[in-house]
Amino acid sequence: MTTSPLLDASGVAKNYGAVAALRNASLSVLPGEVHALMGANGAGKSTLVKILTGAIQANAGRILIRGEARDIRSPAAARRAGLLPVYQEPSLIPDLDVLSNLRLTGTPVEPFRAWVRELGIPDLDLRDTARDIPLAVLRVLDLARALAVEPDVLLLDEMTAALPANLAEKVLEVVRRQGDAGRAVIFISHRFVEIAALCDRATVLRDGETVGVVDIVPGIEEKIVELMLGTRIVKTQVARSASEKAAVTPARPRITVHSLRVGTKLSDISFDLWDGEVAGVVALEGQGQDELFAALAGSIKPSGGTIEVDGSPVKFAHPIDAIRAGIAYVPGDRSEALAMQRSVRENIALPFSAALRNWGPIAMRKERATVASAIQRLQIDTRAQGEVQRLSGGNQQKVTIARWIAADARTILCFDPTRGIDVGTKQEIYKLLRELAGHGKSVLFYTSELEEVQRVCDRVIVIFGGRLVDIFPVEEADEPALMRAAYGLPRGAKADVGILADPQSPSSGTIP
Amino acid sequence: MSHFLRRQGWVTGLFALLIVLFIATKLIQPGYGSGDFGSLARAVLPYAFAVAAQTVVVIAGGIDLSVAAMMALTSVTAASMMAGASEEYALFVVPFVLAMGFVLGALNGLLIVVTRVPDIVVTLAMLFVLQGAALLVLGAPGGGAAEWLKAMISGTVPIPGLPDTIDAWLPKALLVLVVCLCIVWIPLRRSRLGLSIYAIGSSELAAFRSGVPVARTRIIAYALSGLFAAMGGLALTMSTGIGAPIPGPYLLASVAAVVLGGVALGGGKGGLLGPIVAVFVLRLVRTDLTLLAIDPNVTAIIEGLIMVAVVMFGAFITMRGRQ
Repeated sequence: MTTSPLLDASGVAKNYGAVAALRNASLSVLPGEVHALMGANGAGKSTLVKILTGAIQANAGRILIRGEARDIRSPAAARRAGLLPVYQEPSLIPDLDVLSNLRLTGTPVEPFRAWVRELGIPDLDLRDTARDIPLAVLRVLDLARALAVEPDVLLLDEMTAALPANLAEKVLEVVRRQGDAGRAVIFISHRFVEIAALCDRATVLRDGETVGVVDIVPGIEEKIVELMLGTRIVKTQVARSASEKAAVTPARPRITVHSLRVGTKLSDISFDLWDGEVAGVVALEGQGQDELFAALAGSIKPSGGTIEVDGSPVKFAHPIDAIRAGIAYVPGDRSEALAMQRSVRENIALPFSAALRNWGPIAMRKERATVASAIQRLQIDTRAQGEVQRLSGGNQQKVTIARWIAADARTILCFDPTRGIDVGTKQEIYKLLRELAGHGKSVLFYTSELEEVQRVCDRVIVIFGGRLVDIFPVEEADEPALMRAAYGLPRGAKADVGILADPQSPSSGTIP
Repeated sequence: MSHFLRRQGWVTGLFALLIVLFIATKLIQPGYGSGDFGSLARAVLPYAFAVAAQTVVVIAGGIDLSVAAMMALTSVTAASMMAGASEEYALFVVPFVLAMGFVLGALNGLLIVVTRVPDIVVTLAMLFVLQGAALLVLGAPGGGAAEWLKAMISGTVPIPGLPDTIDAWLPKALLVLVVCLCIVWIPLRRSRLGLSIYAIGSSELAAFRSGVPVARTRIIAYALSGLFAAMGGLALTMSTGIGAPIPGPYLLASVAAVVLGGVALGGGKGGLLGPIVAVFVLRLVRTDLTLLAIDPNVTAIIEGLIMVAVVMFGAFITMRGRQ
């Protein structure tokens, strides 16, 4: 039984021009362990992963694999060294079919097939083009492709984000077994629940340095958060005062959705959204929530039903109609919302400066002031503000919200705004959403993380299979209740959730 | 079967269009026969190679504006080398010119990869450089070509056992085209290199992460483009017997056929067969319009409209298929 690490990286540093992404990072992974790599946004997690997998080269540092110094110059070299990553975004070539993708990386087909089945996808056609495969399945295929070559060290970057519960469960199970089989897994996740259930140790990064390696034991979360943030923070449940809500109850709802229908994806959805509230939307992956948000944002036309804004019916032909009605959409995919090569200022100013009817020069002084106050309010890290693409994910998300605060939208539709961003920024976003509601704005908030509902929402709308399951007041929306509802079971039903989870493919597993 | 149709649907449609056009030609000109088909094949030959050159690069996610200039340079080089030389000397000239195309193409790729200047700029610059070089080699149309080379694309393929009436429909030019393209394309399509070319065109990041040597693959794609362009240059010399230093209308024609042939300009999608069939379609349309005695200027307009209509129709069908 050896205790020498499989992978031992130390003193790793990487500079982008004047900005140091990594100063002195180290990571040591033992055989047979699942090792969490944690850190706030911009702490250097992604940079370290890219260096370990050969996507970029470090400026300094030493990487030992099984005690041997290796120079990992390319993804192919990392692969040969036994290091295989599964990135946050799918890595299959979109225009090639699955089989060609396997051929491209020299992945054996039979083990791949076995892993795919193991991971809960029984009916994959290898001749399907990657572009036509749903995102969640693609991520699982990425994992299966990595597992099929039996790597010594598997790097999983936010593997379970964007996965529906049943697939995520399978993935975690398989990852756990990798550890038991004497291989090592480096696991990057923002979900403490998963890390507690899965990992043996955690390395915490802050500002490009490794600030601690801890054993995962019950109650370690506080310590990790403390390491990540550098100062001790009080675990705040975002406070919602009932009085604040009662005080501003207006005469009529801000938005009334009645019997809304979108193609085959969404049918007969009715609910109200009031000023001064955050209404949560909870649904499994692909239950029609995308279409609901798109219809409210004016980017697709509903095929039936009505949407009323302030009591008068509206028909949105274009997002501009929704924006004029004061409804702003913050998409889950930040690259859908931002002009990535442009500056933070331009991105924030876009909605209020870019209207075609405003002829003549932009009032720069006014624009700067508005933008500066939005940046201030959201505490956006503006060190790299020349190009939004150089900001970290959390800061990009803040920019997408900041622009609508600067444009003074009355209703904000937030689609999974906290996906893949760190705990600290998440807290700030929760607080911001509550503040917006406090100022009489209304927020519709879709989240894939059920624990966020209790922190942020006043009410929860649950959708399953394109239909409204239930609307909960937050007091009753604990995670088990939401989970049941998300699987299509209204309150009070006591049937076994697992069997009803996915009626189309009974073999696709159960939920926790 | 459904997979085959989904993949080859576009090419099948183009073939159908081609057949319709042949029938139309026969209706317009009842005397249209094997001889006319032979001259169509000869006329198509340089276009087809230009299209092949463009296709490889476009699939790899790039564009090559230097195709026509490359053809001109290789054509005049071959013509000036063969002028007054022995028949056997041509045996050396052909591989030399092909190698020249390959190297110049690789140079295109190398410049793009190393300098990181956009491909459209590098190949535009290369267009001017090669054009100038072609004029240095031959100031005016001239030179010569070996007789056996000229004979290679004139006449028909005599296949023993087949009656002459069928032989007559198998022009040598068509055979040369098919053989040359297959020799390069089929091994490529089956190799990891071929996959890599599709991969970098489809998503450079994903290809990089899959361990594809992106830079090397791009250089090879441009080198292959140069090779096909050199074949096109030789085809020009073979059919005219001389070399002309001013590039022909092959650049825009190649882009047109690539689009019509179902290759996505963004890269990663399509094959070689589609664009080649598309060249025949475009040439035959021109023949038909000429036979109908339509004003040549109107002909150009009609060609443009046909292209837009076909591509729009294809996109419409694809969208309907998805729903």
